[in-house]
Amino acid sequence: MESKTGTWTEKKGLAQMLKGGVIMDVVNAEQARIAEEAGACAVMALERVPADIRADGGVARMSDPDMILKIMDAVSIPVMAKCRIGHFVEAQILESLGVDYIDESEVLTPADEEHHILKHNFKVPFVCGCRNIGEALRRIGEGAAMIRTKGEAGTGDVVEAVRHARSVLGSIRQLQGMCEEELMTFAKNNGAPYELIKETKELGRMPVVNFAAGGVATPADAALMMQLGVDGVFVGSGIFKSGDPARRAAAIVKSVTFYQDASVLAEVSRNLGEAMVGRNVSQMPENEKMAGRGW
Amino acid sequence: MKIGVLALQGDFSEHISMLKNLGVEAIEVRLPKHLDGLDGLIIPGGESTTIGKLAVTYGLMDPLKQFGKSHAIWGTCAGAIFLSKDASSDQPLLGLMDIKVQRNAFGRQVDSFETDLEIDELMKITGTEHAYHAVFIRAPLIESVHGNARVLSALEDGRIVAAQEGHLLATSFHPELTDDARFHQYFLSLAG
Repeated sequence: MESKTGTWTEKKGLAQMLKGGVIMDVVNAEQARIAEEAGACAVMALERVPADIRADGGVARMSDPDMILKIMDAVSIPVMAKCRIGHFVEAQILESLGVDYIDESEVLTPADEEHHILKHNFKVPFVCGCRNIGEALRRIGEGAAMIRTKGEAGTGDVVEAVRHARSVLGSIRQLQGMCEEELMTFAKNNGAPYELIKETKELGRMPVVNFAAGGVATPADAALMMQLGVDGVFVGSGIFKSGDPARRAAAIVKSVTFYQDASVLAEVSRNLGEAMVGRNVSQMPENEKMAGRGW
Repeated sequence: MKIGVLALQGDFSEHISMLKNLGVEAIEVRLPKHLDGLDGLIIPGGESTTIGKLAVTYGLMDPLKQFGKSHAIWGTCAGAIFLSKDASSDQPLLGLMDIKVQRNAFGRQVDSFETDLEIDELMKITGTEHAYHAVFIRAPLIESVHGNARVLSALEDGRIVAAQEGHLLATSFHPELTDDARFHQYFLSLAG
């Protein structure tokens, strides 16, 4: 019997396996093992967490393949890695390494300010960021098999993650109440592919798994995003920029499983040590924000 | 009939939708008390290390082992690993099924595949004749079955992808990601 690889079902399916879980940014094999031990359902391999990318400035690129391979060797859970927006050659390199998911990410410096990667051309699945329903469905139209709301990475301020999740999930609720004739106008106004608007309305949810990202720093932040209606959570700088990463990582994992149980959330929030210092997004100059990258 | 789906992490909501479409009451199980009154349990796909660690922390290991002695349990992918006696790795396992599994045996995500399987027993119980289309995602392989466990399905090259031991069922693949409800029907026949 013939088998098929790299199908849409396969690409979307891996994201479905990650649901109800936490994907953690790690910069080396040791952090990857700490993340796995804490119960992460996947890790994101990158050279610098977003908080350091912000602090260092300069051009942020795909990580050294050697470092990604060491992380892949260190853990049994899926390993994701980031390429720049529009940089399809970085994506080809990551695919050849065998990473399990590619994040075409606004956290790195964009390589193309008009086009994203045509992700249907790859066997490896992609996750992309979004701020609203139009951006999400454009990315899915290009072949993204998983979506994450962008938030504002490297800040430890959850406000943008909330704004983006409310925007996307609110639009889906709005679609539920619309009649057929209204869909094309909705598609036009949101810059979204019509067929995907129709599919989203029929499903009553995004056609692919939708995680939250960008600014999640505490178990309460993670549970907040889950209660708003996302499928899981990415935590970037929030873990390894905190006082006790292993403990905080395990607490955030539990908070995503028991997101509706305030007594568990209270228990896991105790004595976690210092959270990452954080930066208030409302006082940040526009040109320092990463979420605006993406077209 | 009332079936629980272990909801610590993974694609539990896909299993719940599948069960509801078959007219079965389905609930999420996160704590030992949620097992009360269930006729069977599904352990979904996800990350077996994550599911195992949470099961240990929230005191589910012994209640699940007890439950499995007298009730039907079905593990898909990560769930199959969790049910096994031996997964050749240092992680919490229920050890209910006398099978040895190998995690990520087919490679990484780019090697994940879909294929058709001929499963005689499934076709017999559901009165159907067409092959079963199976979705494998970073799938484990059932290396060998022992004792009372037996092979339910294998690939053409003989590698085992589904096994049964009385009312316990393990599949390397994900029936919850398809529109084909025959495996869920088969499981309900074990639970009922």
